[in-house]
Amino acid sequence: MTAGTATAAPVVTGVGIVAPNGLGTEAYWSATLAGRSGIGPLTRFDPGRYPSRLAGEVRDFDAAQQVPSRLAPQTDRWTHLGLAAAAMAIDDAGIEPAGLPEYEMAVVTASSSGGTEFGQREIERLWSRGPQFVGAYQSIAWFYAATTGQISIRHGMRGPCGVICSEQAGGLDAIGHARRLIRDNARLVVTGGTDASLCPYGLTAQLSTGRISERADPDRAYLPFDADACGYVPGEGGAILLLERAGAASGRQARGYGSVAGYAATFDPPPDSGGQPGLRRAAELALADAGVAPHDVDVVFADAAGVPELDRQEAAAITALFGARAVPVTAPKTMTGRLYGGGAALDAATALLAIHHSVIPPTTAVRQLADGCDLDLVLGEPRFQAVKCALVLARGWGGFNSALVLKAVDPTPDGGSDGQDQS
Amino acid sequence: MDKINLDDVRRLLRECAGVDDAVDLDDDIAHREFTDLGYDSLAVLEVTARIQQEYGVKVPEDDAHLLTTPIKLVEFVNTRAVTA
Repeated sequence: MTAGTATAAPVVTGVGIVAPNGLGTEAYWSATLAGRSGIGPLTRFDPGRYPSRLAGEVRDFDAAQQVPSRLAPQTDRWTHLGLAAAAMAIDDAGIEPAGLPEYEMAVVTASSSGGTEFGQREIERLWSRGPQFVGAYQSIAWFYAATTGQISIRHGMRGPCGVICSEQAGGLDAIGHARRLIRDNARLVVTGGTDASLCPYGLTAQLSTGRISERADPDRAYLPFDADACGYVPGEGGAILLLERAGAASGRQARGYGSVAGYAATFDPPPDSGGQPGLRRAAELALADAGVAPHDVDVVFADAAGVPELDRQEAAAITALFGARAVPVTAPKTMTGRLYGGGAALDAATALLAIHHSVIPPTTAVRQLADGCDLDLVLGEPRFQAVKCALVLARGWGGFNSALVLKAVDPTPDGGSDGQDQS
Repeated sequence: MDKINLDDVRRLLRECAGVDDAVDLDDDIAHREFTDLGYDSLAVLEVTARIQQEYGVKVPEDDAHLLTTPIKLVEFVNTRAVTA
């Protein structure tokens, strides 16, 4: 390995998606371009006594089909989704982990809720029937690192492994950490994140933020940057990416969806301190890290909280960096809801697909921009244009801000890049 | 209580811990090691907890690690069931 390949931006060579509006990259991408939403009535339990009854559920997912029989009973649904997405990403990248040095393969995922549904079931047994009725797998199923650990065991990846918990910012933070591991000599990292907390315990915890929409109409419940914004809809799922050292990817002539060119994270000041929110600074630092100027950015994937004050803050950050309506902005998460630990990972995957296919997917449902949100929001229809550089923004409950810069992979001198025609 | 048999162990393994892709539990598994069948100590712990719930026979942890095959587990539980 030369010094050049060690410092070149690592490349995403595999994508696995488990989203409310599509299981698998192809289904998700076609639904997203067509504006098909996965938001609907919450069906995983009876939400009749809850103020919020909509969700973005991954409806077609059959754990018995997607997860090995030995693993399914000892893991939460969030891990089922993560295992399925990881297998898709590895397959998509054309990697055979069994043939690679096990200590050079790492796993870093984001998690926000852990194994909430599994944990609720076992805690119900604890208080209703007693300690001996709590399953042994509770010990390994509900903690945040479970998905990372199960991916690592299943695929024999024994390099550095970890989990990052920064709510909806976690997906970008995991990818940022994966890049760090590649600099530290990992050959590849399975990264991204999933979440699945659509159970009474999970929803109750989420409701405590006061940011969840209580509207019943799936088409009007999550309207980021809209004058009628009223909170967000929770969802489940996410995306797992296969990130490879640039030299390793080009060496085997892998398809590169894009490179991780820049990343930064900041933390908000205390709520009453009068300090500025940290999102703009995260975006500036990520662009500087990538060595790109605002005018090089072709699209911004917004965090899109759907909460009026937070929408205005994000719009102000984007406008301060780029100017008013000076860069296309999109939030395809209007079709999935916010996926917490899986949300920003899915945004990153979507941005990579936008780069790969030269099209910006639309934001749906939004009709009229709110005052103070002076954005060129890509509304209703996809916008076909070259996308060489995308900025992905994310904010996590509690003050986390993260920004990721993804760039198209330059064709290698020997023609290793396969162009844009494969999907 | 009724004695348990190998089919009970098969059912408990399936329900508690699933089945490894490379294993057919309907084979003659009586004398095969649990580890050989793809079950780790947590899986066996889960099965013994269910035996206590369903059959009322407690398998102490000190004994559990000696019960390395389905037939040893069946014999242990049935001996305890008689003396209980």
